[in-house]
Amino acid sequence: MLETKDILETINMIDNENLDVRTITMGISLLDCMDEDIDKACVKVYDKIMRSAKDLVKTGEDIESEYGIPIINKRISVTPIGMVAAPCQSKNVVRFAHTLDKAAKELGVNFIGGYSALVQKGFASGDYALIESIPQALSETDFVCSSVNIGSTKAGINMDAVKMMGKIVKQTAEITADRNCIGAAKLVVFCNAPEDNPFMAGAFHGVGEADTVINVGVSGPGVVRAALAKGGAGKDITEIADMVKKTAFKITRMGQLVAKEASRRLCVPFGIVDLSLAPTPAVGDSVAYILEEMGLEVCGCHGTTAALALLNDAVKKGGVMASSHVGGLSGAFIPVSEDAGMIAAAKSGYLDITKLESMTAVCSVGLDMIVVPGDISAETISAIIADEAAIGMVNTKTTAVRLIPAVGRQAGDVLEFGGLLGSGPVMPVRAGSPAVFINRGGRIPAPLQALKN
Amino acid sequence: MKAIITVIGKDTVGILAKVSDACACANVNIVEVTQSVLQDMFAMIMLVEIDKASVGFEELRENLNRVGDSTNTKIHLMHEDIFNSMHRI
Repeated sequence: MLETKDILETINMIDNENLDVRTITMGISLLDCMDEDIDKACVKVYDKIMRSAKDLVKTGEDIESEYGIPIINKRISVTPIGMVAAPCQSKNVVRFAHTLDKAAKELGVNFIGGYSALVQKGFASGDYALIESIPQALSETDFVCSSVNIGSTKAGINMDAVKMMGKIVKQTAEITADRNCIGAAKLVVFCNAPEDNPFMAGAFHGVGEADTVINVGVSGPGVVRAALAKGGAGKDITEIADMVKKTAFKITRMGQLVAKEASRRLCVPFGIVDLSLAPTPAVGDSVAYILEEMGLEVCGCHGTTAALALLNDAVKKGGVMASSHVGGLSGAFIPVSEDAGMIAAAKSGYLDITKLESMTAVCSVGLDMIVVPGDISAETISAIIADEAAIGMVNTKTTAVRLIPAVGRQAGDVLEFGGLLGSGPVMPVRAGSPAVFINRGGRIPAPLQALKN
Repeated sequence: MKAIITVIGKDTVGILAKVSDACACANVNIVEVTQSVLQDMFAMIMLVEIDKASVGFEELRENLNRVGDSTNTKIHLMHEDIFNSMHRI
């Protein structure tokens, strides 16, 4: 029989340390739903999603009940709508957003991602109209999430798209200003976007994927922090890294079990487990507190980047053996508004946007859920996107930007979202205009790192 | 399928009897029982077979939760695979 201490450890992780599976995400290809007639295309999209995911929520709830593991979200990701909309003669692509939202509501899922365009090298037919429609789509829907990939190591950075996205992010915040600018929280700008990511707002179903697939995102910063709090005193860094690895292994095994079981019950192929430490605003479920547990007085002080690099690497090393297929974003997330420790560090002035930028060079994503003053210029947003994409492009990693311009608010104010999105203190950005650089347009050529053949 | 029932709380008279009774009423066979005191807390772990149970998983859990409420303990019912996958390679 199993050892008593192992059983009690698992129970304690779930009851007291916020261990959960963050999401079961079903990827659904919409490549077979294209049509010149947008009405017909929307009907096909709706029918395919409803048919493919009809049992998703119920299956998630059954697994949650039998295994005793909280599964926080059930989500859907679809083929980037920019592609699906390409043949449509009507450019009123926002109709697809309404279709996705309707399907998500009827199925009872928490989010649906894929109102997306992949324009790292240029705009194909459908992409331009889709990007232009993002503010309207996110303001008129509740569950639809949007992402745009504007760069990659292989393609370089599409600076025309970067310029455009600065305006789109700002417009999206403005059009949802009466709802705490929530639209911008559902929009991510990527470099090197993964095609099998189960996490929102950046999930979409890549074109190289199977027709339908199950991807699972784990969580568990609270478990890692608790392990270090219990056994970390007086230990050197090597031992700390080993403790993180062992904990990440256990968390990921649970994710693998849930993924395999969901795949079996739904008769949908298992895709990947995303080995991510995804924080929530709950106290005790914070990535920042893990870094502080390692010995930093506060997240954001010097040493934070090194501690985060160690954490990110150890999570992957521990997790990779626990799962047969690993993918998605896999690493430690640092979404400021969603992490109690990051919120506290930002409010006290230790954590600013420049420190966060350096942290993004060693963590799994990028500048995530950062609230900036509402009067920020579109060019400055574009420049922040370009900086972040450059880090991703050169380091052959995913980076992303999810900024929320807080309309009518200044540095020092706080924007409250509630729920998993938390609350974010408005962070000042650097003065000085990048307008001429951004308005040049064109492409940043792919770096030498792309030439590996 | 096998499941694991864990009972955690302050030790009082009759916990084992009440949990066993809930299992028997549901035709759930108790395969193995261990108990220990950990940090002043009573912890009992039961491996049970629920293939022939006369009630569904959710109903069994609710029945056990009621026993937990009446004995001031916290009772979990979970599929054994969750522990196997986490703690065994």
